[in-house]
Amino acid sequence: MNRETAGPDRPLVLVVDDYLEAREICAEYLGFHGYRVVTAEDGLQALDKAFEVLPDVILMDLSLPELDGWAATRRLKADPRTSGIPIVALTGHAMSGERERALAAGCDDVITKPVVPKELLAEVERQLARRGEAVGDEG
Amino acid sequence: MTPVAIAQRRTPDPGGGPEQRRLELVDALLAAGDGEACAVTALDWLARHCGVERGLCAVVDRAAGALVGVAGHGLPASLAAAFRIDLAARDHPLAVVLAGHEPVHFRRERGKSGPQIVTPLGDHPFLAVPIHSGGGDRPIEHGLLLLAGAAEPAREREACWAAAVLGIRLAALELPLGLAEERRHERELTLLRRGLETVTDPILITDAEGRILVANRRAEQLLTAEDRMSEGRRRAVAMNNMLFSAAAFTGGPGDEPTRRELLLVDPIEGEDLLFELLSTRFEVGRGETGTVSILRDVTDLRRASQEIEDNYRRLRIAEARTRAERDRLDLILDAALDPILVTDREGNLARLNPPAERLFAVPDAADADAAERRVRANDVVLTSFLSELAAAQSDRLRGELTLTDPVSGESIPMEARAANVVSRQGEVTAVVTIFHDLSEAVEKERLYEQVKRHSEELERRVREATAELAEQNEVLRRQTLELEQASALKSQFLANVSHELRTPLNAIIGYAALLLEGISGELAEPQREKLTRLESNAQSLLAIINDLLDIARIEAGKMALDVLSFDAVELIDEVMAEVEPLIDRSRLDVTREITDEIPELASDRQKVKQILINLLSNALKFTPRGAVWVRAGFDPATDLLRVAVVDTGTGIRPENRISIFEAFGQSGGSVLRRQGGTGLGLSISRRLARMLGGDIHLESEVGVGSTFTLELPRMSMES
Repeated sequence: MNRETAGPDRPLVLVVDDYLEAREICAEYLGFHGYRVVTAEDGLQALDKAFEVLPDVILMDLSLPELDGWAATRRLKADPRTSGIPIVALTGHAMSGERERALAAGCDDVITKPVVPKELLAEVERQLARRGEAVGDEG
Repeated sequence: MTPVAIAQRRTPDPGGGPEQRRLELVDALLAAGDGEACAVTALDWLARHCGVERGLCAVVDRAAGALVGVAGHGLPASLAAAFRIDLAARDHPLAVVLAGHEPVHFRRERGKSGPQIVTPLGDHPFLAVPIHSGGGDRPIEHGLLLLAGAAEPAREREACWAAAVLGIRLAALELPLGLAEERRHERELTLLRRGLETVTDPILITDAEGRILVANRRAEQLLTAEDRMSEGRRRAVAMNNMLFSAAAFTGGPGDEPTRRELLLVDPIEGEDLLFELLSTRFEVGRGETGTVSILRDVTDLRRASQEIEDNYRRLRIAEARTRAERDRLDLILDAALDPILVTDREGNLARLNPPAERLFAVPDAADADAAERRVRANDVVLTSFLSELAAAQSDRLRGELTLTDPVSGESIPMEARAANVVSRQGEVTAVVTIFHDLSEAVEKERLYEQVKRHSEELERRVREATAELAEQNEVLRRQTLELEQASALKSQFLANVSHELRTPLNAIIGYAALLLEGISGELAEPQREKLTRLESNAQSLLAIINDLLDIARIEAGKMALDVLSFDAVELIDEVMAEVEPLIDRSRLDVTREITDEIPELASDRQKVKQILINLLSNALKFTPRGAVWVRAGFDPATDLLRVAVVDTGTGIRPENRISIFEAFGQSGGSVLRRQGGTGLGLSISRRLARMLGGDIHLESEVGVGSTFTLELPRMSMES
């Protein structure tokens, strides 16, 4: 397992979660694997950050204060600047309807919590590969 | 009769015929003292020698200007005497013959119209021979001979000769007919005719063969018709003639007048007329008879008598009806159960029906004295009641009185109703009193009161019970509501708590993962071991919380169904793939068997999958060794999909077979904990199965194994 050095050319991931520990786990793990990570605590912040940094992938918790993940996703997907950015939803529970609601809001994929860091990484890489920008750190 | 032309002939030759016979006539005529005798003589001679069967001799009565009959042969003298032709009517065929001096034949010719001549000779053809004298330019006309029967030229010649001789003789006698006599006849005849005409009843005289000789106008109206008359009238007359002939000439030969009824038609009015026909035969002379018929119109009389008869019959019917009515009334009276009695104005009993008799007549009872006293007492009660009625303004009276049963002595409460029977003249003719036994009514009243009281009591109790029930219902309803609210609150609370629990738990798991990956630095083996335990327990805790959240959602009714069509076999394969790690770890022989053609299901795929994962992972967890089968089949008859998960595990004890489906009712917590389950899986699975319209069944034998069968309808209703 190699630690990648985050550089300005590395893919940028926006992690949105209202729970500090969740943000930290994601940021630390992705950072360890060579991604640049920006975080946001609520929906409004997520929009600001997204428009500001125009990340390569967004990991979006859906239960958020101020503006929930679904609304934020819809807003981002409606904007031409951000509509091309893959958004992966993080839902609390895999009950039916949750996943469908997320996809309906415009999310490109859904990951059920608890997030297994390895799976998260694989998902981010998959989304980037779809855009042709995957980070080939683990081959 | 119409004149028929015959060969022109000169005065008959006096020299013709046997001399002897002619001398005989001449002698006889010379012997006759007057015209009538001459006429008789001539007719006799003609009858004897010329085959004359009927003959009439008429002479000119110059004073009267008429031709009148003086003698006849083969016909009643009266008819001969009645013959008369007014010579003022010069066109009368006989007057023409008289003036023409030549004999003329008359015979009835069918269908030929013309002047009709009525002669006493009837319908027979006859020869009319004028009698005249003087000859040359100025002959004197004396009269006519009308002869029937001499129908051959030789005889006719003789007849013409006889007429000539008679003419000579009459001329010689210089009209010696007794004119006074003749006038008397004439007067009588006129009187007779006038007399007949004044009689309104039809009267007619007929000869032995039914020919009408004399008829008054009324009779003519009924029995004669002329051709100019209407067809209907002529037919009526013909019919009348037939009926009359039949009636008038069927009598016996005696001179006794016969009476019979005769129905004729009025030829003018067309009405039926009923006559009483009185026919009397009489001798005309020379063995001939005639019949006088008097018809008395009894039509009205018959009608009147008919009416009287009808009235009488009606009266009889009415009488019979009245009698029947009275009988019926008696029957009704006798059949009535209430005592009914009729009294006259003075209060004397006139009529009692049997129930009344029991009260007001002394019975043949053993204790006759007592009975009589009681009857008298009843009489007194009745009399005073009736006197009340008599004093009352009204014709009716109602009262309640007490009578005594004459036999038993029991007192009977009675309702009495009395009414006056009033005649049309307003007189009271009788009083009818009807009693009605009230003892039954009194008893009924008492019973009714009792029933009413009971029913009211019952009603009160029902009301109370109902009120109580309603109150309890309300309490129950409130309790149910509170329970529901409590349950909802609990579910909401559970959902919130689960979420709150899960977030930090996720963090724990996440950090454990970071550490295990060595992101925060390399771990020593003992540390890694402990960290792995920590991660595993955190995962168990998370599973429990997720299950709790499911239960809470199901109970709160917040578990939405998402029904879609999907392939069940594909789903089973997916489930098997998902539990692959468990299968590998278990080292069990796991077999998938699809026994039937399985149609597409319309159900909630995610939930079916959840159920199957639960059942299969349970089987894998609780089977130490042996095999597990997943058998799927479809029953078209019930439209059910069955997926059985069969294991060769420890089995479930009968007492636990129900509780394992209950939340936290697992069989032996220790086993469960050892296997890492939550104990909520079966409870959730069964609830989900039921939500989808199906169920989960369990068959098990301890030490042999268990079979959990998921039953699902092919189509689930979306909730």
